[in-house]
Amino acid sequence: MQKIYNRIIQIAGNVITVEAKDVCYSDLAEISSMAGRSLAQVIRIDGEKVYLQVFSGSRGISTGDKVRFLGYPMKVSFTENLLGRLFNGAGLPRDNGPTLDENMIEIGGPSVNPAKRIIPRKMIRTGIPMIDVFNSLVESQKLPIFSVPGEPYNELLARIAMQAEVDLIILGGMGLKYDDYLFFRDTLEKSGSLSRAIFFVHTAQDPTVECLLVPDLSLAVAEQFALQGKRVLVLLTDMTNFCDALKEISITMEQIPSNRGYPGDLYSQLASRYEKAVDFDSAGSITILAVTTMPGDDVTHPVPDNTGYITEGQFYLRNKFIEPFGSLSRLKQLVNGKTRKDHRTIMDRMIQLFSDYREALEKQAMGFHVSEWDKKLLKYGKAFEEKMMNLSVDIPLEKALDLGWQILAENFEPAETGIKTELVKEFWPKK
Amino acid sequence: MSAERFGILTGINGNMARVEFEDYVMQNEVAFILHNEERLKSEVIRVAGNIAELQIYEDTKGLKLGEKVEFTGELLSVKLGPGLLGQIFDGLQNPLPQLAEKSGFFLKRGLYLEALDDKAEWEFTPVAKSGQSVKPGEKIGFTKEGIFEHWIMAPFGLKNAATVVKIANKGKYNIKHAVAELKDERGNTSSVTMAQTWPVKVPIASFAEKLKPSKPLVTKIRVIDTLMPVALGGTYCVPGPFGSGKTVLQQLISKHAEIDIVIIAACGERAGEVVETLREFPDLVDPRTKKSLMERTVIICNTSSMPVSARESSVYTAVTIAEYYRQMGLNVLLLADSTSRWAQAMREMSGRLEEIPGEEAFPAYLESRIASFYERAGLVRLHDGSFGSVTIGGTVSPAGGNFEEPVTQATLKVVGAFHGLSRERSDARRYPAIDPLESWSKYTSFIDREEVNRAQAVLKRSYEIKQMMKVVGEEGASLSDFTVYLKGEFIDDVYLQQNAFDEVDAATIEERQKYVFHVLHEIMDAEFNFENKDGARRFFQELRQAFIEWNSSEWQTENFKKQESQIKEKCKKYITA
Repeated sequence: MQKIYNRIIQIAGNVITVEAKDVCYSDLAEISSMAGRSLAQVIRIDGEKVYLQVFSGSRGISTGDKVRFLGYPMKVSFTENLLGRLFNGAGLPRDNGPTLDENMIEIGGPSVNPAKRIIPRKMIRTGIPMIDVFNSLVESQKLPIFSVPGEPYNELLARIAMQAEVDLIILGGMGLKYDDYLFFRDTLEKSGSLSRAIFFVHTAQDPTVECLLVPDLSLAVAEQFALQGKRVLVLLTDMTNFCDALKEISITMEQIPSNRGYPGDLYSQLASRYEKAVDFDSAGSITILAVTTMPGDDVTHPVPDNTGYITEGQFYLRNKFIEPFGSLSRLKQLVNGKTRKDHRTIMDRMIQLFSDYREALEKQAMGFHVSEWDKKLLKYGKAFEEKMMNLSVDIPLEKALDLGWQILAENFEPAETGIKTELVKEFWPKK
Repeated sequence: MSAERFGILTGINGNMARVEFEDYVMQNEVAFILHNEERLKSEVIRVAGNIAELQIYEDTKGLKLGEKVEFTGELLSVKLGPGLLGQIFDGLQNPLPQLAEKSGFFLKRGLYLEALDDKAEWEFTPVAKSGQSVKPGEKIGFTKEGIFEHWIMAPFGLKNAATVVKIANKGKYNIKHAVAELKDERGNTSSVTMAQTWPVKVPIASFAEKLKPSKPLVTKIRVIDTLMPVALGGTYCVPGPFGSGKTVLQQLISKHAEIDIVIIAACGERAGEVVETLREFPDLVDPRTKKSLMERTVIICNTSSMPVSARESSVYTAVTIAEYYRQMGLNVLLLADSTSRWAQAMREMSGRLEEIPGEEAFPAYLESRIASFYERAGLVRLHDGSFGSVTIGGTVSPAGGNFEEPVTQATLKVVGAFHGLSRERSDARRYPAIDPLESWSKYTSFIDREEVNRAQAVLKRSYEIKQMMKVVGEEGASLSDFTVYLKGEFIDDVYLQQNAFDEVDAATIEERQKYVFHVLHEIMDAEFNFENKDGARRFFQELRQAFIEWNSSEWQTENFKKQESQIKEKCKKYITA
């Protein structure tokens, strides 16, 4: 059944066209050329013309090269042996370990039936006050970090990965700088988390097409572990690179672009990945934390824009802080009522006062009159930035709430905070 | 016509297939691709020569050239009958909970189930008599579906009036059992069951006439009912950037609106949001009927990760079910979230068909499709003189939050009300984030026109002063201007904003809106004699606190009256006679 074809009739970008029969849509093929062997995937069939997307790129492929169809779609091995291993975007080992080929599962499987989902209710603690207190991360949530290139988003991801109370971490790296890949590996190794982690990393120097497979590989493996009852955290960085790879392929295929060159199905493509985040009724869960770099800090750029419509909130990372405005965890209401009774109050009031601080700051900058109240706010804002927003702060939620009360007490009288008397009596620090 | 027709698969591109056929094919007929044991549903969307192009409602992985395709000769249809209410369907009307029973956690490709349980028995009561002539859509009997009288009607597909030859006695039947026999003009007889099928893309129009919507639909959201109302049988759209609260607003309306039936079409949005509705609604009680909200709700759910072409059909499935209940003289509200995803599904297909694109690669027929969808709303007079309505509210998710994009613009042309959500308001936590200055409605509110105009004028002036103060500072505004600014903010804070988490404030009934708005109107018109700006600000802050507490006290209780008199006391001190 495995016929070999050698009539490549077109090579354009990373897509080659070959004349072949009996080919199934989205099956794999293997191409042997002077550049070595590479896998390719069927992305279109038109009569006898079969379009293949070549994973390692088309450089070095000649029209006389052999194409062998494997008769099955892209698969990945799913075993316990994956733990602690590092792979590339084609699912091949990046470390010196053996290639895994037992229990192969298909990637990009069907959608979860909405009727089998449950309302998420477990909080994931990260030790970062700006997340735990103000925008709690919830199991099964899908949440991107919006940021401009240059911000420490990978550091933030690594920290969350190390501290989050989950069973398993899967890192999907797309277009990652080699340094960043090493950084992730070393950081997790040092903290001892590597043994419960799996890496699928495509680095910037790898062929573009392999980048496209990373989310599907990561999520297919995550899904299987979740079905076994594991709580899996999937980290995807950087989804903008994934979208750019999509753009490249769709332009090669002469698809009509919709917005700034991106294909019209960008939303569906992103959604089919992000929607893999799930809390299974009577099994485990998948939580997705992604990085989306915003070209030019522009949130209306098609990638962050489409992402925002899909995900359950977003964190803005700006000037090395998680920005309190705009950052939002849509699921936080499901969990923050059950932590400690002052949680919601601290969350609301500290942010409102911080918003007043920003206004006072603006007044000051414009040279308008600064009142006594404004001065208090200015002092409060500084303390909030230094003690709460600073990303190096690493304390559990309860400590962070206590810290919140302390900051309030250092800067205001109870009445000025607008907090209910009952809570003030219980929590306001005694001098 | 009945001979089986087959074709051969000759090309696949994403969810589009090319099929070579021999006999003939019909535009928009349903076809099945026979892939091993699986039968994948698809629809003919273009024909050229002996090649038909099909959009496939499923994932196309593994399909192979040369596979057989079976044409059915039927248009994509839905089943209409008792048992629809309370159900959760996908875009092709497969019941999702039953699918889950069959295939577990994941949706299985090619698995289709009957939309209605054909074993369930319904008590049928005849109303038509033997020998009577009935028009299409005319009532011949009824059954009880939850709280409603579910009318069994003569098939909508009848060409003309037909004569009732036979009608079943009162009794329990399933939906496959014939309850009547009709004879048409030509003498052909046909049997009628309690369920009928109808093609989703064809409007059901078995009524006497379509009327102009005039009666307001009470949503209990103050900013909507007062400033930009929706009429029964009207249309409205809710565009807004992500995070501005579109879905939450739709959820609130689906809970509180004074309407008989709500159809929720979750089209290409997050699954998590549908799950909240799915899990919450059965436990929530409709204050009008004292029954579970689920009993008046149908959910059509084709979330973003489900196949794209079924997303396109999901809005049609939803509107067809809405029209069906309208035929029974009920008021139906269809909430489509989001129509942009539907438009994007059209764009994806159009791209694969290599059609010449319009703006932002949307197809040229985008506008006409959107228009004809919203035109299926309406207030109608039925043959028996009763009235029914379908109201359509669609959210729009404009790219980059920019309302200048094609879907928003095409929608604005055809709807009767525009509820634009603004990022600025949602960032400031002013919910619902409907922009009171940009939004509009062509329908009339139940609140006095004069009072509404006055409020709008104050809001507009207040906004202008606010903008001015950003440049010149507070010190640059006169005390009287500053007071107008505070008045505008006050209306916004205590009336336009509503606390969805407060049990009382979350929904305001018509009577209360009229009453409270009148009090507010008096405050707007009053001349205040403040000494300085700080005094004015303090006054309005205190008044706001009192008003918010008034808002969360139950209508006409002791507490309500107490709060009201406190507000009036406070005002007296500063009002110049």
